[in-house]
Amino acid sequence: MVSGRENTSQNTRITHISARSESSASRLKELLQYRDFIVLWTKKTLTLSYKQTILGPLWLIITPLLSAVTYMLVFGRIAGIRTDGIPQILFYLVNNAAWRLFSSCFQNNARTFTANANLFGKVYFPRLSIPVSNLFAALILFLIEMAIVLVVFVWYLAKGAVQICWQYLWAAVPAVLVIAVLGMSAGIIISSLTTRYRDLSVLVSFGTQLLMYATPVVYPVSQISDPFLQKLILLNPLSAPMETLRLALFGSGMVVSWSLWWSLACTVLLLVCGVRIFGRVERTFMDTV
Amino acid sequence: MSERTEAIKLTGITKEYRLGEIGSGTLQGDIKEWRERRKNKGQVTKRKGSFLALDHIDLTVYEGEALGIIGHNGAGKSTMLKLISRITAPTEGTIDIRGRVTSMLEVGAGFHGEMTGRENIYLNGAILGMSRKEIDAKMDEIIQFAEVADFIDTPVKRYSSGMYVKLAFSVAAHLDSEIMITDEVLAVGDAAFQKKCIQKMRSEVMQEGKTVLYVSHNMSTVRDLCTRCIVLDHGKIVFDGDTEAAIAMYTGLGSSDTGVYHFDESYRPYDKYVRKVMRLNIDSLSLGRQDNSFRLREHAHITVSCTAVCPLTDVRFRFEFWYQDGVKVGSMLAGNGVDMHEGKNTVSVDADLSHLAAGQYRADLVAYQMDEHGTETILDGVYPGMILNLTDDAASPEYIDWHGQYWGAVRLNDLQMQEEEAS
Repeated sequence: MVSGRENTSQNTRITHISARSESSASRLKELLQYRDFIVLWTKKTLTLSYKQTILGPLWLIITPLLSAVTYMLVFGRIAGIRTDGIPQILFYLVNNAAWRLFSSCFQNNARTFTANANLFGKVYFPRLSIPVSNLFAALILFLIEMAIVLVVFVWYLAKGAVQICWQYLWAAVPAVLVIAVLGMSAGIIISSLTTRYRDLSVLVSFGTQLLMYATPVVYPVSQISDPFLQKLILLNPLSAPMETLRLALFGSGMVVSWSLWWSLACTVLLLVCGVRIFGRVERTFMDTV
Repeated sequence: MSERTEAIKLTGITKEYRLGEIGSGTLQGDIKEWRERRKNKGQVTKRKGSFLALDHIDLTVYEGEALGIIGHNGAGKSTMLKLISRITAPTEGTIDIRGRVTSMLEVGAGFHGEMTGRENIYLNGAILGMSRKEIDAKMDEIIQFAEVADFIDTPVKRYSSGMYVKLAFSVAAHLDSEIMITDEVLAVGDAAFQKKCIQKMRSEVMQEGKTVLYVSHNMSTVRDLCTRCIVLDHGKIVFDGDTEAAIAMYTGLGSSDTGVYHFDESYRPYDKYVRKVMRLNIDSLSLGRQDNSFRLREHAHITVSCTAVCPLTDVRFRFEFWYQDGVKVGSMLAGNGVDMHEGKNTVSVDADLSHLAAGQYRADLVAYQMDEHGTETILDGVYPGMILNLTDDAASPEYIDWHGQYWGAVRLNDLQMQEEEAS
């Protein structure tokens, strides 16, 4: 829709609007022009949830700790799931953080159009900046949770229960990015479709919950004894990055190369499809919402 | 003339909206429609159950122009602004814009109650496309213009609505954009602030060569601000040119209408007082003819549709007549009431116009109930209800050129004169 061509003589922005969708390149360029907005919107998303609360940002530490402890009790102690030799609390803290990264990327973006309809109806800005800020906000929350992991890790390191594994540490970054981008892409696809088919929004919260059990969050892949079921779980594009993340941090995780490639391919495909569908819907969704 | 640069150029802009249920509602229907559309290669033809909010509009706005866009509700004004400000995309046609566009279709978009005024300025500025540096540079000016300096670090949810709007408008008005689009944002805020806003926009048009598109129903602000004006009607530009002429054209549109009035967006003065519990809603009125002209001494057979929330007994209508010069002529009360059942009701009303002289009348329609003590309870009122044009047949032998300004708007019963026979 836009070509942000800069005129040579003057600094005038030329905009061309037509019935056709604009190219992805010009949309990305425009997104860059709005980076200040993305930063501010991310900040807003992060700070708003803790305004007028007593504990404020302390909740960021309390919630992951509490849920990790709960998981440890339920799945670790009661169900007796083994954790590949990683201390249970660390295992659940990391898995939980990674899962929350995915689910908040997914769920927050799945609401992009419906939650911001009011704003979208009044003013133009590149609509993709909302999913991108959601992604950044989720990544920042993830980093905060990783800080907790670090503290606990140092504690276990001092006890000699774990050791640092430098070899694969770099793999944590792509693993985390894959998880986040998968969440965002699936989210924007859902949000694009919900402008027409509202039933999908019901599916989102329910589906995320189910998906968690199809992802190695409360168990590692290595604990699945049935080889067919194991393959099935590895077909979930989230499985490979989850295992990779644990391999990178603790040196134990089941990373199969085909599942890595599969996961990467899924991510790229979903991202490309997501951005395209989103671009189609964002142009006229105000007429259908 | 040739050196004028085009700021906005619309070519063959068409926007189609579908009526009723949006989409077919089913996946199957959508797929079917998509295949049909592929076959037609995106050619827009008016489909069944759709209407063209804008119908192949061509328009060029030059730099430094303040263009007023006027028209009745549903004429396509807001759609046009929405397309130019890229809130929704056209169905057909292209728009070329030279310069940054600030749209103030509704100020305060993206304001968040929990954030302070200052935080909101940053966020709102960013939404409107300003960089952080630009906002920093303008911050003081924005706060000063908005007259909210004392409250700038208070969450805006504690602002009065006036302060809120002032702040929002101020952010939008201080953007360094070449094109400003506004849609009755000035309807809010006090009179002094309105004046200030108009002046600011005007000076920017005059001195800095900015381009303004202004939509309003308030003709006096249009007159103040605009250098050129277009009149939209049913998605087409019916007039383009001088502001005064456009306003005259627009006010004339109401008098030569189709004889059907819908009251979805009418002014309802009683809403504030008695309609806290809404029991009756007057939906539309039809004069039962192609236009609104009547001959003298005719009866108007009016059909009024309304929706009752609960069964109502003895509902009466009243028409309050105003003459074209703004003088209240008198009222027609109901001789009898009708009972209404829950849901849609249609009432036919016979109005004897025999007392009205030639000229144009506006009649406001009020629905009320009367109790046994003669106290009325107003159910709903629409202002105006209808506009009537009474004409005298110049060919008729009884034709008189009625001098309304001297004789008034009511033609009392004719005198019967007889010559006394000389005895």
